[in-house]
Amino acid sequence: MSSSNTESWGSRVGLVLAMAGNAVGLGNFLRFPVQAIQNGGGTFIIPYLVCFLLMGIPLLFVEWSMGRFGGKYGHHSTPFILDSMSKYRFWKYIGVFGIFTNLAVAAYYCYLESWTLGYVWHSISGTFNGQTRDEVANFFTNYTSLSDAQPIIFWVICLVLNTWILSRGLSGGVEKVAKVGMPLLILFGVILAIRGVTLQPGSGNALYAGTEGLNYLWTPDFSTIWSPKVWLAAAGQIFFTLSVGMGSIQCYSSYLKSRDDVALNAMSAGWMNEFVEVCLGGAIVIPITVGYFGVDGMLELVNKVGGLGLGFRTLPFLFQQWGPFLAVMASVMWFGLLFFAGITSSLAMGTPCVGFLQDEFGWKRERAAWAFGATVGILGLPTVLFFNYGVFDEYDHWAGTVSLVVFAFFEIILFAWVFGMKKGWEEITRGADIKVPIVFKYIIQYVTPVILGWVLFTSMPANWEKIMNTGLYAQIAEATDPAVIAHLKKTILYQNIARIGLLAIWIGIAVLVYVAYRKRQREGRFTH
Amino acid sequence: MNTTALIMYLGANITVAAFTTYFFYKVLTTPAQQHEEED
Repeated sequence: MSSSNTESWGSRVGLVLAMAGNAVGLGNFLRFPVQAIQNGGGTFIIPYLVCFLLMGIPLLFVEWSMGRFGGKYGHHSTPFILDSMSKYRFWKYIGVFGIFTNLAVAAYYCYLESWTLGYVWHSISGTFNGQTRDEVANFFTNYTSLSDAQPIIFWVICLVLNTWILSRGLSGGVEKVAKVGMPLLILFGVILAIRGVTLQPGSGNALYAGTEGLNYLWTPDFSTIWSPKVWLAAAGQIFFTLSVGMGSIQCYSSYLKSRDDVALNAMSAGWMNEFVEVCLGGAIVIPITVGYFGVDGMLELVNKVGGLGLGFRTLPFLFQQWGPFLAVMASVMWFGLLFFAGITSSLAMGTPCVGFLQDEFGWKRERAAWAFGATVGILGLPTVLFFNYGVFDEYDHWAGTVSLVVFAFFEIILFAWVFGMKKGWEEITRGADIKVPIVFKYIIQYVTPVILGWVLFTSMPANWEKIMNTGLYAQIAEATDPAVIAHLKKTILYQNIARIGLLAIWIGIAVLVYVAYRKRQREGRFTH
Repeated sequence: MNTTALIMYLGANITVAAFTTYFFYKVLTTPAQQHEEED
């Protein structure tokens, strides 16, 4: 039996925009500025860009070329892409991370994405008109507490939309969304960034200039430059912003032809993500918030509600200060750009899962896409229903954070040391439309594995504390209110269940990979 | 904005915007390669 997968990209620009869309997510606008503020302000950009050069770009080169290499043999998901790079059979089980991560992250990410859709709707329908700061903030609390069925409806719409686009295929669905979504995202971002930076005291009821926010964000604190905490935060931010270690980049590039360029495409998509993050992400949330609350007020909010809180609890209220028309426009642009950032990423999460079902079980694209949608719906339900018990955060920590680092560490070892750097370098430079500096050969072989190993190693104590629920038990010990204690105990229970559930998903996918492997053997299809 | 903040802000933004423009321009203007062995 042969694979039903005959997909291909319609155009090079479509591929680059889809890859950039995969990388650009809500974190570009909500996580990056908060990380910068908490880690040395303007100094943060130095370790951030160094990590981009030493870890981000090398991993992009590696993942793009791994995908194109696997695609040559008809593999479009990481288990068998990794399998094709080594004679050792266990690598396909490392590749399980490349499906697990996408499935588990999509499960909670689609819910987050549906908030943006819901907020676009509420912005247009005038829900926030005339609301006080507390009312706008409470709207978010009620929304995530499921005070009515609306969040569920928007979540289902979001799931169906993702599934339908995936069922249309790469060039007919994913690429078309990227070609519309990415330019709109950048346009909305540029308009809001200009508004944020040019905000003046007195205009739109602002009390301070937006540049005061930029001043705080970009003033370097050079005493932090050698702090391991700052470097770890910079490495983490680069990691998550580029969507490396997920398996989606390999999947997208597996649909390239064997002599298609990967070097220039990877650089273009990677730098486009950096543009959205540094130039746009850094110029919206912080300058606008400082414009109304000052630096101290902004810092208080960042510590209290974080980037997500600023985006959903605070900005809709601040937009109201710009007058009825501009408030609706700004709010639609803000949540619209977050929606495009979200959907271009969630589609990239669906593609490896759909590709796996097509390659290994001969499913048609439509059937595989709807199976993905249904699975994400089932897995995502706990994050929707038990959001206030930390199930969402638990998925994010294990699937959206830890798994990425583990997978990236193993894949770079495979690429540089098992597959071999000589062959690896040939893969990176084959058909390249730019001259890749030779220094990257040595960075990939020696520097990137060390950085990834360091990130993995230093995160272990925190992960162990997470497994043991140390923080929650400490909160219980300090709490006196029986209601709070009961809530914390329930949180521990739900988080433990979520953790076991995630482990069960990983094992379930590994079993499917084993079944697929046996099936390949029976059919005499390529396994190494 | 103070001078060091302005230098950091402009330096980072111009660098990132320049690389982004350069690579995307190359993507747009580089002619597609022939794939004799595949097509």
